Amino acid sequence: MLTILFDGIAYGMLLFVLACGLSVTLGLMNFVNLAHGAFAMAGGYVTAVLMNRYGVPFLATLPLAFLIPALIGVLLERTLYVRLYNRDHLDQVLFTIGLVFMAVAAVDYTMGSQQQLISLPSWLRGRVEVLGIQIGIYRSFIIAVCGVLVVVLQLILSRTRFGSRLRAAVDDPRVAGGLGINVNLIFGITFAAGSGLAGLGGALGAEILGMDPTFPLKFMIYFLIVVTVGGTTSITGPFLASLLLGIADVAGKYYVPSLGSFVIYTLMIVVLVVRPQGLFVRGR
Amino acid sequence: MIRRRILAMAGAAVLALGLGSTAQAQETVKIGLVLPLTGPFSSTGRQIEAAARLYMQQNGDTVAGKKLQLIVKDDTGTADTTRRIAQELIVNDKVTVLAGFGLTPLALATAPLSTQAKTPQVVMAAATSIITEQSPFIVRTSMTSAQTTMPLAEWAAKNGIKRVVTIVSDYGPGIDVEKAFSETFTKAGGQVENLRVPLANPDFAPFLQKAADSKPDALLVFVPSGVGAQFMKQYVERGLDKSGIRFLGEGSVTDDDILNTIGDVAIGAVTSHHYSAAHDSPENKAFVEAFKKANPGMRPNFMAMGGYDGMHVIYEGLKKTNGQGGEALVNAMKGLSWTSPRGPVSIDPETRDIVQNIYIRKVEKVNGELWNVEIATSPAVKDPVKAAKAK
Repeated sequence: MLTILFDGIAYGMLLFVLACGLSVTLGLMNFVNLAHGAFAMAGGYVTAVLMNRYGVPFLATLPLAFLIPALIGVLLERTLYVRLYNRDHLDQVLFTIGLVFMAVAAVDYTMGSQQQLISLPSWLRGRVEVLGIQIGIYRSFIIAVCGVLVVVLQLILSRTRFGSRLRAAVDDPRVAGGLGINVNLIFGITFAAGSGLAGLGGALGAEILGMDPTFPLKFMIYFLIVVTVGGTTSITGPFLASLLLGIADVAGKYYVPSLGSFVIYTLMIVVLVVRPQGLFVRGR
Repeated sequence: MIRRRILAMAGAAVLALGLGSTAQAQETVKIGLVLPLTGPFSSTGRQIEAAARLYMQQNGDTVAGKKLQLIVKDDTGTADTTRRIAQELIVNDKVTVLAGFGLTPLALATAPLSTQAKTPQVVMAAATSIITEQSPFIVRTSMTSAQTTMPLAEWAAKNGIKRVVTIVSDYGPGIDVEKAFSETFTKAGGQVENLRVPLANPDFAPFLQKAADSKPDALLVFVPSGVGAQFMKQYVERGLDKSGIRFLGEGSVTDDDILNTIGDVAIGAVTSHHYSAAHDSPENKAFVEAFKKANPGMRPNFMAMGGYDGMHVIYEGLKKTNGQGGEALVNAMKGLSWTSPRGPVSIDPETRDIVQNIYIRKVEKVNGELWNVEIATSPAVKDPVKAAKAK
């Protein structure tokens, strides 16, 4: 029972790291970025390639799995995304879904369509028993990393000067610009950070979720559920939503395996019927 | 003067070419090989193409005085593309034989075409039992899922395994495996509990936990081959290997092509299949060596075997008919029997499906590489689904 809860939390945390970048771009920058999963895939492949071809240890690949997708993010943001900030959502959806297909095809062509497998260092493998609960070491590692990330992100957004500038830039870019805030720079950095986080999520998730060229399409639906259920105006909303979905998914599959993956969709429908603005958002 | 001579030479060349091509057209037998060479099933296509080319390289490209031409086409694993390509091959290229077909829907989509055009269709990979019933022109050289699974259930029942939890992906082949195993195993006095995992399932944790909690003697697993690696890792991570729950699987879970990338977690897994690259016979040793030499970095798997034997069936059939296609060729293929690298095989004249040994294998590390080492054999197994219908 508690093992299921634990697995659910780990899975939810993973979902959060994967999806929080999307909640930032969608919620704060009001940009529908369906290509978010492609950045996650980039991170996963960075880790897999570095480990399998160059023998880099797993932990050392994680910063790169953040940095490389972040760099790709900056590049694309400066060259392509920036042109679409003022377009309507349909244009943004069409553009980013196109990017997803290009990413899928490009990875398929260069890396092949097979699953990328990584082997974790031995100290992350296996499981231990704590107070009678079976706990997987790697899953606790994920929970720890993601927990730290949540706290750091929340502090940055609510306590730092950068956070308040970002919120100002989102609320009214013109006025923010008039006050001397470099709106373009702030958006660029935010976008890069969101992409980087997705990359990190992809790298952490490669072991549990698998990593192949269809990753962005397979998980797009999960990202969107997290963001819609959690609401998009804060970090805590998507975080709690991820936990809820992670636990519901794992528990649902355990207790009613025949219904399998329907549990989280049911949950999403119920939440949206009761609170269409998202679970953790004040009504407007 | 010089110019005239060049003209004359050119003319002669054109004439020679023209003559050559008409002469060739009369004596060429074309084989249309339709495979998924890109997309998620590209490894199937690459293995089969490599094996087919190897067979032609070893046996020459002339059969019964006719030149063979292999036309390889990529259908990306989607059924309507397969159908379109098959039609083009029949109508435009006038192929004598269609071959390949990586997945069940691809073979089924082509079946009506081969019936209409009376073009033999050699299925080298797809593994659902019903395929050979869809057209009297279909001959299969791969296997059926039920055929490879049933001997495993018999083996398990004989080796002290009493309770099994099956975990299969929720799609055609998975359900076939679940059914074949459960039926045979309960008949032998065992108990079975069935779990189905959604095909697009990111995390196996809840299913493995459920299986672990019901404390069976063994798990029976069938998931698409790439996902198998992930599954086995989580099986070991969850400590199921140490808690005495054995890992049984249909052979494609420990596919030779990816076995080494799965890594040491696979050691000890018991699977059943019709081909292992570690099969101990002189024919297989020669085959594996030649295959590796022609395709560096690749190990032949059961797909390659299906392609290799598929070519053998085509060659032997054409030899019997003197290069004729159509109904004569299918009839010539029926009842063929030979020693393949996988062991003794034959084409059942009734069902046009392959009859072959099924081996129980255990994953072991030999010389630093992982292999499916055979530990038991069920000789000359027919497709049990069709055998049951015939009774």
